[in-house]
Amino acid sequence: MKALIALEDGTIFAGHSFTGHGEAIGEIVFNTSLSGYQEILTDPSYTGQIVTMTYPLIGNYGVNPEDMESAAIHPMAFLVKEYNPYPSNYRSTQTLADFLQQYGVLGVEGFDTRALVRHIRTKGAMKGIVSTRDMNHESLIKRAKEWPGLIGQDMVQRVTCREPYGWADNRPVPGTDFSTAQSGMDNPFKVVAFDFGIKYNQLRLLTQKGCRVQVVPATTSAETVLAMNPDGIFLSNGPGDPEGVEGVVDTIKSLLGKKPIFGICLGHQMLGLAYGGSAYKLKFGHRGGNQPVKDLTTGHVEITAQNHGFCIDPTSLPEDAVEVTHINLNDNSLEGMRHRKYPAFSVQYHPEYAPGPHDAIYLFDRFLAMMRR
Amino acid sequence: MPKRTDIKKILIIGSGPIIISQACEFDYSGAQAVKALKEEGYEVVLINSNPATIMTDPELADSTYIEPITPEFIAKVIEKERPDAMLPTLGGQTALNAAIKVAEMGILEKYNVELLAANIAVIKKAEGREEFRDAMRKINLKVPESRIVKTLEAAIIAGDELGFPIIVRPSFTLGGTGGGVAYNRQELVELCTSGLDLSMTTEVMLERSLLGWKEYELEVMRDKNDNVVIICSIENVDAMGVHTGDSITVAPAQTLTDREYQEMRDAAIAIIREIGVETGGSNVQFAVNPEDGELMVIEMNPRVSRSSALASKATGFPIAKIAAKLAVGYTLDELTNDITRETLAAFEPSIDYCVVKIPRWTFEKFPEADDVLTTSMKSVGETMSIGRTFKEAFQKAMRSLETGRFGFGGDGKQLLDHLDPEDLARGLRIPSSKRISFIYEALKRNMSLDELYDLTKIDRWFLFNFQQIIDTERDISARGFQGLDPEFLRFCKERGFSDQQLAYLTGTSEDDIRQLRKKLDILPVYKLVDTCAAEFESYTPYYYSTYEQENEAKKTDGKKIIILGGGPNRIGQGIEFDYCCVHAAFALREIGVESIMINSNPETVSTDYDTSDKLFFEPLTREDVLNIIDQEQPDGIIVQFGGQTPLNLAVPLAEAGVKIVGTQPDAIDRAEDRKRFQQFLQKLNLRQPDNDTVHTLDEALAAANRIGYPVVVRPSYVLGGRDMRIVYNDQGIKDFMLAVGGTSLEHPILIDKFLKDAIEIDVDAICDGRQTIIGGILEHVEEAGIHSGDSCSILPPHTLSADLIEEIKRASRAMAEELGVIGLMNVQFAVKDKQLYILEVNPRASRTVPFVSKATGVPLAKLATKVMMGATLQELGLTTEVEIKHWAVKESVFPFDRFEKVDTLLGPEMKSTGEVMGIDDNLGLAIAKAHLAASSKVPASGNVFISVRDNDKAAVLPVARALVELDFTIFATTATAAFLQKAGVACELINKISQGRPHILDKIQDGQISWIVNTSMGRRTTEDSYLIRRAALVYHIPYTTTISGAAALVKGIQELKNNEMVVHPVQYFTQSL
Repeated sequence: MKALIALEDGTIFAGHSFTGHGEAIGEIVFNTSLSGYQEILTDPSYTGQIVTMTYPLIGNYGVNPEDMESAAIHPMAFLVKEYNPYPSNYRSTQTLADFLQQYGVLGVEGFDTRALVRHIRTKGAMKGIVSTRDMNHESLIKRAKEWPGLIGQDMVQRVTCREPYGWADNRPVPGTDFSTAQSGMDNPFKVVAFDFGIKYNQLRLLTQKGCRVQVVPATTSAETVLAMNPDGIFLSNGPGDPEGVEGVVDTIKSLLGKKPIFGICLGHQMLGLAYGGSAYKLKFGHRGGNQPVKDLTTGHVEITAQNHGFCIDPTSLPEDAVEVTHINLNDNSLEGMRHRKYPAFSVQYHPEYAPGPHDAIYLFDRFLAMMRR
Repeated sequence: MPKRTDIKKILIIGSGPIIISQACEFDYSGAQAVKALKEEGYEVVLINSNPATIMTDPELADSTYIEPITPEFIAKVIEKERPDAMLPTLGGQTALNAAIKVAEMGILEKYNVELLAANIAVIKKAEGREEFRDAMRKINLKVPESRIVKTLEAAIIAGDELGFPIIVRPSFTLGGTGGGVAYNRQELVELCTSGLDLSMTTEVMLERSLLGWKEYELEVMRDKNDNVVIICSIENVDAMGVHTGDSITVAPAQTLTDREYQEMRDAAIAIIREIGVETGGSNVQFAVNPEDGELMVIEMNPRVSRSSALASKATGFPIAKIAAKLAVGYTLDELTNDITRETLAAFEPSIDYCVVKIPRWTFEKFPEADDVLTTSMKSVGETMSIGRTFKEAFQKAMRSLETGRFGFGGDGKQLLDHLDPEDLARGLRIPSSKRISFIYEALKRNMSLDELYDLTKIDRWFLFNFQQIIDTERDISARGFQGLDPEFLRFCKERGFSDQQLAYLTGTSEDDIRQLRKKLDILPVYKLVDTCAAEFESYTPYYYSTYEQENEAKKTDGKKIIILGGGPNRIGQGIEFDYCCVHAAFALREIGVESIMINSNPETVSTDYDTSDKLFFEPLTREDVLNIIDQEQPDGIIVQFGGQTPLNLAVPLAEAGVKIVGTQPDAIDRAEDRKRFQQFLQKLNLRQPDNDTVHTLDEALAAANRIGYPVVVRPSYVLGGRDMRIVYNDQGIKDFMLAVGGTSLEHPILIDKFLKDAIEIDVDAICDGRQTIIGGILEHVEEAGIHSGDSCSILPPHTLSADLIEEIKRASRAMAEELGVIGLMNVQFAVKDKQLYILEVNPRASRTVPFVSKATGVPLAKLATKVMMGATLQELGLTTEVEIKHWAVKESVFPFDRFEKVDTLLGPEMKSTGEVMGIDDNLGLAIAKAHLAASSKVPASGNVFISVRDNDKAAVLPVARALVELDFTIFATTATAAFLQKAGVACELINKISQGRPHILDKIQDGQISWIVNTSMGRRTTEDSYLIRRAALVYHIPYTTTISGAAALVKGIQELKNNEMVVHPVQYFTQSL
């Protein structure tokens, strides 16, 4: 079934749907990971985006119940060079096409994805539309242009949990105030995790490392959090523009210095804003599992998983209060920082991987050490 | 922290001759390393016995020792050069093993030489079976359990511990003889009973079988700050049980989820840390149970490898170059990525295409060997291809193999439709060089993927992709030519179908399809290999073709020339031709002409993106080359450097209107076509052995009888003496015609008078159309009848008179001028009874060009390129022929130990995989060096076993006398002993095998024989001599199968006794000229 991809600048690509009819509007982005499409699809940070995989052969190992990073698929549509309908992996329980169809997400294959990626790389991330229904170029381009885009939008409210839950037995269990949060370890730390679009692997790792994790909606107040008397506060990843997210910056400001804080991705950006910094949009973002990050405190280079379109401007941060701890070696952008006075640190990338390398898992230990102090 | 300044001079060890499992990839890595270290200002000393390499070019390293890679010679080089450090991780297993021995000799300590990249403890930990096992246990990784047992009782106990199935491997047998898989105790007892008997050490190894598990490799790099990155993952299409070098492989891994891949990545990083490789690249092999994902570590190589070369070409990340820089103290984040320029080497490449590697085997050269693939590697080369899908890449790789195939079936070749189901099933179950054809046939017969999986253990994902290709093939056949509408034709091209396949399936011609494609504007586009999946801009024009929307090839102005490479290595066409292609690129750069390389061999220097201005990693077929020509519109194309591959394309390309630079295709035809060649020689008044060209058996018999036996017979248009035989009677002619008739008689059969006991001579010359300069005259040690690629040869000639040499030069010049050679020419002469015969003229680069260039210091291929571009030899300053005062000896290296049952006798069909050079002021020492480099042994004392055919008895006498004088004891069997004793040469009688024990084999097994001289008539005559030659192979005893070869080695032994071996860099020999 023919599908058209139209970009706001008038560029058109023609492919085929491998999931039946559908239509989606969003920001078109690309991810350079060679594997991990299931984790990418279930990462809430992709809300509002249409994801293109640069690796051309997708669907090879199917989909399985263990590699979910949330309960649903978040990108608006999924674009690949060649969909492979015959998965081969002992864990596979479903084909990718069935999985996408189950969540009503359009999958398109059979076009020059590299040309699309190169276009975005040179022209920057842009709005786009994918459709099997509308074959009229002008109409598609017009609708892509009309879509408001991500800048200034609060995408977090679309994906944050409605009700608090605890993490237990590798799954969310509704409940408040650590009532349902479990850890197999003795004397676990109590961590409140803000859900801006949290990935399950953050919860899995915190729990594995010896934390009981209470997940709370993004709008939860500082008082509510402090009333639970946690040992630490975790700020999760999430979609969109940090400056579009309402209320959270003030919450974080109130929590700063009260409890150890660890932020990842959007959580890191929110901390940056709380420190008084500002965010900017990268030309086309960092999305993949091969981004080199240097830990300035050790000089060590780690290969990291990343997924962000916005970034904190390091020059906007108060130098006396905030120390840059990590930078991206490809473009020297800010990848990590810590507060000089308060127990708070954060990284732009994804130490919880899934998908991606495990090099940065040590950051969870740093968080534990901070809580131990 | 930048590079180290406490070291100034670094010794790099190369890998020596091309052998199975060590090929051009180590020239690629070595050349990169030499360049990288020179670039950093280090003084680089190199030792490598292989003259056909780019790394041994005199302008590359500061001092280049073309000397045997033995501990003794490395010690001599160290003693002379006093390097501060030695880098042993770029020359394959050869360099690692040599480094360990040099260290154990105490040389490194004595001269205070530091080992870079990996110290001795690290190498031993990675290479030692038990040490490695313990290290893996320490970091909680699993390895397949194994036990070494010496008795049946111990085997039974071990079997119960390991669990079945168990692989049984008798220790110390060649090619895994007597091994097998035991599925129960009964089978274990049977296999161990025979295995213990077969093993020379009465020892068998039992290993838990991972047959059928999926196999993977990761290429890992580490710097001194403990930063570790993975450059590439590789998945084997063939499951465990087939050597990786013999497996079809794919990059990146296709059937691993991220979770499984990252587990493997973690393991690889833990391994490189635990083993302690300080800096550089390593390769780690894993097996994964397809049922439950269980991960096992198979092995790790603490060095660059064939896989790292493949990974470099597959990703664009130059592993060896970076490894060299890490070895001198740089860290990954201090080095830039050449391709993107802005980003650093500290990252992991991402790729947005699929890479397929297919090995190239030459079982046809060894008909006695079983075409069965096991854990011992047998392929001699490989080809790689890149596509946007697996299907496209795989079909491209199939046609890149140059085995006459144009894709995965659909070309009417190697059809197996006559097979009965049982034979088909066996062909699927037992891995062989032809298994892919069996898979094709099975799918054509609609065998289910599950059944196919059960038989082959090839992952269903690959099988499904194969099936998709066949589905498309069926569609093409059903639609026919009229049904090739634009959308469908494009779809077929996207699935990798060649015009040849489309033509075959629609009953049309390749040109019909090509014209249709052009009319419909279905043309390939070229995409970049950029290390980053287009995330960053790339500056290196390294391209592959695909059928898609955007073309990234940048049209350049200015003069440009395409160089056609040699494709996958095979016996008869290997590194020597790649050397010439690389020199062509260098020469073009020197004169400001853009060079465009087309090649499909991932091992080579020619496919290094640094070598040429543009690189197209593409199959060398008419279609693929013409497509690039359409894209690039070059000013000309060089076909005379890449061996037979580009030569075969010369005529079709010329017909398509492409300008061939240098010697014109007609001259090639004039030299190849028998009738025309005869007229050509008659015109020049030159003599050739009486000969004829025939098409049928009757004609052949008539011709042979007219000429008189013995005769040499061979099909025309072949390289490496494929199917060439010396025939002594009518029966021989009949056998030959039967043997080749099966394949094809599209080319006629050539019959030549065989010049018995003639001296054979190779001449390489260069001609600019006006003047011809002889580059070198090589005199073969072995008499005519042994393929020139297999014989030992000496530069300059050592037995020819000045008059004869002058006559050879005159004849060569006359032929070059008459043919209109512009560029290189090779002539093979034979001298018999002081008469000069022309055997062959090849108006192209020959296998000996790099050897001659190294020996004389004249870069023939480079000069020839410039001549082809219009320069005169006078302008290039080459006006006189170089007379060298030293000796250069070329010795060949053979793969016999890889193949069971194969006889080691030499003949007119080429069998060698590689060559070495011995260079010295003294001829005997040069011979000895060549021998040492080729086999690492020159007998110095002890017992020599001599057994020669009657014809050779008189000739062996001086050899035997000399040996006695050198204090050797001679052992001989009845006839030879009687002859020697009668002639007054003392010798001891020893039983033939048939005469009862103790016989010669017992002596060999007891280690009492240090050299075997054994000549035999024609093909495998007596069982005895065959068994002796095989035993020599197993026990690594030097053996010689010609009297002339024996005489040469005796000369070497004599000189070794009287002289201290000295080493000189090749620059010493050539600078004095």
